[in-house]
Amino acid sequence: MSRDMMPHFELIQPSDMDNAFEVLERYGEGAWKLAGGQDSYDWFKDRVKRPQAVVDLNGIEELKGIRETPEGVEIGALTTLAEIAESDLITGSFSLLAQAASRVASPQIRNVGTIGGNVCQDARCWYYRAGMDCYRAGGNTCYADTPEGMNREHCIYGADRCVAVSPSDTAPVLVALDASMVIRNSARERIVAAQDFFIGPDVNIERMTVLEPGEILTAIRIPSTWAGSTFYFEKVADRNVWDFPLVNIAAAIKMSGNTIEDIRIACAGVECVPRRLTVVEDVVRGSSRDEETADLAASSAARGAIPLNFNHFKIPLLENLVRRAIRDS
Amino acid sequence: MAYTLLGKDFTPPDIRAKVTGEAKYAEDFRVDGMVFARLLTSPMPHARVRSIDASEALAMHGVIGILTADDVPAKASPQQTILTNEPVFVGDPILAVAAESETIAQDAIDKIKIDFELLPFCVDPLESLYPGGPNARTEGNSVTLNFGQPIPPEVNEKKWTARDFAAVEEGHLPTGEPTVQWEYGDLDTGFEDAALVLEESFVVASNSHHSMEPRSALSYWENGKCHVFGSLQSQSFAMNTLSGLIGIPPEDIVFVAEFCGGGFGSKGNPYPSMVIPAHFSKKINRPVMLRISRAEEYYLGHARSGFQGRTKIGFREDGKVTSIDLYLVQENGSATGFPDINGFSEGASLVYTPEAMRLRGIFVSTNTPPRLAQRGPGQNQMAVTFEPLMDRAAKELSIDRLAIRQINAPTGDALVGAGREPVTSAHPREALAKGAEQFNWVERVKNDGQRNGSKVRSVAVATAFHPAGFNGFDGLVVITPDGKLNVHTGVGNLGTYSYASTSRVAAEVLKYDWENCVIHRGDSRKHLPFNIGQFGSNTSFTMTRTNFVAATDAMDKIKEIAAMDMGGDPEDYDIGEEKVFSISDPTQSMTYAEVAQRAIELGGKYSGIEGPEDINPITKGGLAGIAGTGLVGVAKDKLEKHGLVPAFCAGFIDIELDTETGKYEILDYLGVVDCGTVLHPQSLATQIKGGAVMGFGMAATEKLVYDPQSGLPANVGLYQAKPPSYLDVPSTMGWAAVDEPDPQNPVGAKGVGEPVMGGGAASLICAISNALDGHYFMRNPITPDMIVNAAAGRPQSYKPLQVNNQ
Repeated sequence: MSRDMMPHFELIQPSDMDNAFEVLERYGEGAWKLAGGQDSYDWFKDRVKRPQAVVDLNGIEELKGIRETPEGVEIGALTTLAEIAESDLITGSFSLLAQAASRVASPQIRNVGTIGGNVCQDARCWYYRAGMDCYRAGGNTCYADTPEGMNREHCIYGADRCVAVSPSDTAPVLVALDASMVIRNSARERIVAAQDFFIGPDVNIERMTVLEPGEILTAIRIPSTWAGSTFYFEKVADRNVWDFPLVNIAAAIKMSGNTIEDIRIACAGVECVPRRLTVVEDVVRGSSRDEETADLAASSAARGAIPLNFNHFKIPLLENLVRRAIRDS
Repeated sequence: MAYTLLGKDFTPPDIRAKVTGEAKYAEDFRVDGMVFARLLTSPMPHARVRSIDASEALAMHGVIGILTADDVPAKASPQQTILTNEPVFVGDPILAVAAESETIAQDAIDKIKIDFELLPFCVDPLESLYPGGPNARTEGNSVTLNFGQPIPPEVNEKKWTARDFAAVEEGHLPTGEPTVQWEYGDLDTGFEDAALVLEESFVVASNSHHSMEPRSALSYWENGKCHVFGSLQSQSFAMNTLSGLIGIPPEDIVFVAEFCGGGFGSKGNPYPSMVIPAHFSKKINRPVMLRISRAEEYYLGHARSGFQGRTKIGFREDGKVTSIDLYLVQENGSATGFPDINGFSEGASLVYTPEAMRLRGIFVSTNTPPRLAQRGPGQNQMAVTFEPLMDRAAKELSIDRLAIRQINAPTGDALVGAGREPVTSAHPREALAKGAEQFNWVERVKNDGQRNGSKVRSVAVATAFHPAGFNGFDGLVVITPDGKLNVHTGVGNLGTYSYASTSRVAAEVLKYDWENCVIHRGDSRKHLPFNIGQFGSNTSFTMTRTNFVAATDAMDKIKEIAAMDMGGDPEDYDIGEEKVFSISDPTQSMTYAEVAQRAIELGGKYSGIEGPEDINPITKGGLAGIAGTGLVGVAKDKLEKHGLVPAFCAGFIDIELDTETGKYEILDYLGVVDCGTVLHPQSLATQIKGGAVMGFGMAATEKLVYDPQSGLPANVGLYQAKPPSYLDVPSTMGWAAVDEPDPQNPVGAKGVGEPVMGGGAASLICAISNALDGHYFMRNPITPDMIVNAAAGRPQSYKPLQVNNQ
């Protein structure tokens, strides 16, 4: 159990996309794409993940920055969480994302951590992080989903051999804002809805997104559809700084008078992907915003949840957060 | 009493180095030819090493050598080993590899093949006590510590009967045969006379020390001496333990520990990993640096003992505690451990002054980190357990929560534990009264229970205690011909600055301008006296005494020299403005610089050529080093001390708890202490506030978590172990002190480093319980999931009495 010792690795720092794709192709699955490094360095230092080459994308300027477009806003994948939290464009129209970005980890981590890295980060299951040979690590067991497993932070939905959750604070926001993920490889660009970007263990147990080895997430596009809506974000974690969410909630609501005209609501910490709460959306859409609607939304929020031994609390917590999103937004 | 220096803020001499980064901690040192070592630690909670194949590693370029358990002194079970072939916890060091760089050393370790035989293990004491349950050590599961005695600790097998377990309802602690017990008073009569009897089982979690400086060490051998640069709370006190761990006499060791980046009890005395470089350096004849990583700090950096316990408490109608019956199963970790049971039980006997009390307890080994004292070892676990019970009793008896603490609080005539030991002074009632006034308790409790949507306002108070002083150590000062006062102090530098504030006592006695004083410390070559380390909240009491007696000795000699040179008797002279002068004719005077020069000429006791017989050999060594350099004051502390020196903290807290999220905001906190004379207000304020922050972690975020299937620890990083962050604590906190001098200290001082944590921890536990309308969890930490479950009326996820769980 020797940890905390960075190994040697080949570091490649491309300055443009073509160069990056060339390197990624050269190393194939042996390449590791590095953004802010706040997830990667732990893996390297613990010597659990041993990539052949680390491809540092930070020298590629076109991956950075927040731009206004005719359709909305485009955020470069390597834009830091601190920049997003402070951006006038984001705080003005999409304060939901600014709020979430400002609750990620700590100021130091937000200064280097990127939005791309935040949505692409790997599972935080502590067994997996300890280097256990679990399903996600290519093995044939899950240590968390057992009668005695310590699984307080794990999922209440979508268990499929693996019970890890999406630990991201920004991912549910992107789902709520109906964002698109711009993905490129050397040959083509494809656009994937945020909701489809994240994948569960039933699709691929060793990855958490649709990104293929040769692909780079270049930007995130947020349509103006939900700009200036009524927003609600809340994160519940053990600590208020430098902690992952037990459950978080992100809602974008269009109000007409006191009527909820439309809504998109999603959460993280309950499933391997950010979970869009479509049942809640259906329950509240067209209803007046009052205690009764909030209570109905809450009672429908956790339907179908299957808790593990130590995470029953996520059911009332999710219900409460949904109640607050409707009631207090 | 009015002092010139004591009770005033000042800038301790090491602050500048800390702020600028000039301070050299153990891992900042570099020596010619130095190599780096890395540890190979156990991936298993309990195993036997059948074979080690290091051939591939040793053949690597840049690898210098390997150190295994065969190369270091063995330790009898259950003592913590330096290196071992029978690891007893995940992270237990098995071997070390030295190389030209750390990366090479780690690469080499990755190539070592070890054949392990997994042995039975356990992470829960009750599981081990069950008939046929696993033993954490091959020799058994029950440790007899023999703490403070010249006999080594022992470990034996102890199992309770199945009947012991069957006899209690689920959720209640079985009370099988104990290994420690004491009793005083008439327990049964106390319960019979009680208007209210509470009986509860409880769990107190273990938690890590999180020392910000990991315990790195550097060693090399030169001219027959072993040089050790370490991270420790102690300086002179370390020498004998280091001597034992390295296997050479103390005089052959050079020990440098100028700065220590936090220890909280886990670095009180030299620990096994500190001497790995010493043994390795001897073997390969190169200086060896061993940097301990953050994860390794969690593995081998020790932890606080947890408890599974049960108590029965009787209360009179007015809230006075009549009897306490206490059973404690101490989760003692994988090695010798620390007698937290004593701190817990004696603490209860003092803080609540029961007329009768019984303790029964047992220390049970688990395959988890070795336990050691952590800030308030036992006393703070007691505070987080008993203080909510005081609230519950107050509620059931319709008594104010402040009043029930007042009526039970000890005064100066209180007695402690089974030995009914007296105390030197006790002013918790004054601390509670002062705090109540400053916190505006009467008005604030009117807000108690006020709801704002899902948020509930909750105000609480709690008391905590820890012993705070020792005696019998030595003081050593020298006035040199340049007129400077040189205070040699052998205490450590934990970071509290009390090494400096206690040194000011010597300046106060000799009426020195502080600008003309120099503190010598942090390196055994600096001629230091024998002093105890910075642990047990003792420094303020213990070191003011040693510096007082040394300075008094110096003053006596100054007056003798004045009488010799200017006529008359020593009593005819007084001191002031760094001079000795005739009381009848103040123009007749000698400066301290002149006196120092005369002392050198006179020699003998004046210049330290001769010294007292009763000082420690380490002090004699220090004295020999400075003899002849000026006027020397040296003495053993033989001042009066009868009984235990207690320090207290009353913590007042105001929170707003959200029942929907399980989160709360601490709106305000006030810590009021009984620490005798305040020596250094700024550092006392920092202690009170910092201790409270650490207490908030104990109350609400921190615990060891172990996977019972594999014995793996879950929390091996700061982000996993979760000490409170800056947004988890109030931005401002208040503090105050009773400032009532202790009669058995020459300047009235007592320590206070530990109860300030208990005050924060227990008050927050009480406030959370109070916000939930008296839902007493009887376990800590109280995490958001527990609050959400409680508020929603749902069962908790953990099994009753389960420890090391989420």
